[in-house]
Amino acid sequence: MAASRDDFVIAIRSAFLKKDNQQRFSLIFLIIFSIALIILSRFNFPAINYLKISLNEVIYRASFIVSIPEQQIKKAGIKVQEHIALYTDYKTTKENLKELQSKEYNIKFIIEENKRLRTLIDEYVYNSDELIGKVLLDKNSPFLKSIIINKGSKDNVEIGMAVLDKEYLVGKIVEVNYSTSRALLLSDLNSKIPVSVEPGNVQSILSGSGKNNGYIQYFKDDFNIKEDNVVYTSGSGGIFKSGIPIGKIKKLNKENYFIEFFSDLSQLNFIKLVSFSSGEK
Amino acid sequence: MAIQNKTSIFKKIFNFGPLILLYISVMNEFDLNYFDYKYFSFNFPFILIYYWSLKRIQTLSYGYIFIAGLFNDVVIGFPLGVSGLTYLLICGFAAYLRNITLRSNLFNEWLFFLFTILVVTAINYLMLITFFSIEVNYYEIAANILFTFILYYIFSYIFEGYQKLFFRGQAND
Repeated sequence: MAASRDDFVIAIRSAFLKKDNQQRFSLIFLIIFSIALIILSRFNFPAINYLKISLNEVIYRASFIVSIPEQQIKKAGIKVQEHIALYTDYKTTKENLKELQSKEYNIKFIIEENKRLRTLIDEYVYNSDELIGKVLLDKNSPFLKSIIINKGSKDNVEIGMAVLDKEYLVGKIVEVNYSTSRALLLSDLNSKIPVSVEPGNVQSILSGSGKNNGYIQYFKDDFNIKEDNVVYTSGSGGIFKSGIPIGKIKKLNKENYFIEFFSDLSQLNFIKLVSFSSGEK
Repeated sequence: MAIQNKTSIFKKIFNFGPLILLYISVMNEFDLNYFDYKYFSFNFPFILIYYWSLKRIQTLSYGYIFIAGLFNDVVIGFPLGVSGLTYLLICGFAAYLRNITLRSNLFNEWLFFLFTILVVTAINYLMLITFFSIEVNYYEIAANILFTFILYYIFSYIFEGYQKLFFRGQAND
């Protein structure tokens, strides 16, 4: 019994403390160093932040180059799929176009009416600064949904800026480096955005599901959620202006719904970075 | 003479093959996610580090593994040191198994790999949840562990072939 315990201790000691041939550091030294790094990261130690920023600058660029072959394979796969689905897409697009053309006249009228009404009630309108950025890396990992963008603090990117794909909200900036920044996508589990569900102007919180969609958290019990209700930013919290379209509500099963984003978050190439500030018209 | 030089350059490159693959996989996050299969993902660096730590640690070296961990943290946005610690713990488990076994047995190594990834993933996400309040999907993690475990068996044959091809005649540490 004592002998087998001795063997165990010897094997552990040899595994963690012994410096093997051609090894500069023992395992235990590096483990302690990692733990120290984690603790210092936890308390936002300035030196660690500088180290992280420097590493980010180098690694994002290197990772972009390393990811090129994978991106090409991904693009080739998508192209093949698009070719296969071409005819069905054509028919759907034709039908949608007809529908949109009829709606366009109504929209023009509503926009004009909205402008007139806003002037009547002296409402604040939002000014926005726009930046176009290229997606360097698309980290579609099961645990983290984020993208790396080729714009950083030198381009006046700030934490909290809205990330749009065309006119649709796709995420917000959570980390800014000198020439790059990281945007957390709406689909990430840790993303929480105040939204309103239309029709009904029901205020709620949109949370990412960790996949390519989201779900509605915390809404009024008496609100009858329906398929194809549209989700917009509510403007609460003052980060985003109200009315940025996000997605549509879709039925998962009898009782559960999810939000299908208007934008395909796995296919982002160029995005708009927008910051909003209120000012009188 | 020139032919001999060329051969030795290629030999050196192939000697560094697993290390190059490790760096590519941490920077590229190679897990076949682009197929978009529901719940399908696996942790290739875990397989690579465990196999080569077990069979031939001098190919990867602890220092390089630690740096690969830092790169992985930067790429996926984890706090610095988390992946490094995870990778080094895998090395520790592999080194322990190497010390207690005289003759290698794929089945035993495979089962011990399951135990290893269960422990290190638990430590990894416990740290992320406790210290950094990061939300995670437990089903995704469970599926990731399962596929990593299953695919180890396949990759171990591939790596064994590589080892036989390029490290034949070189002594293991």
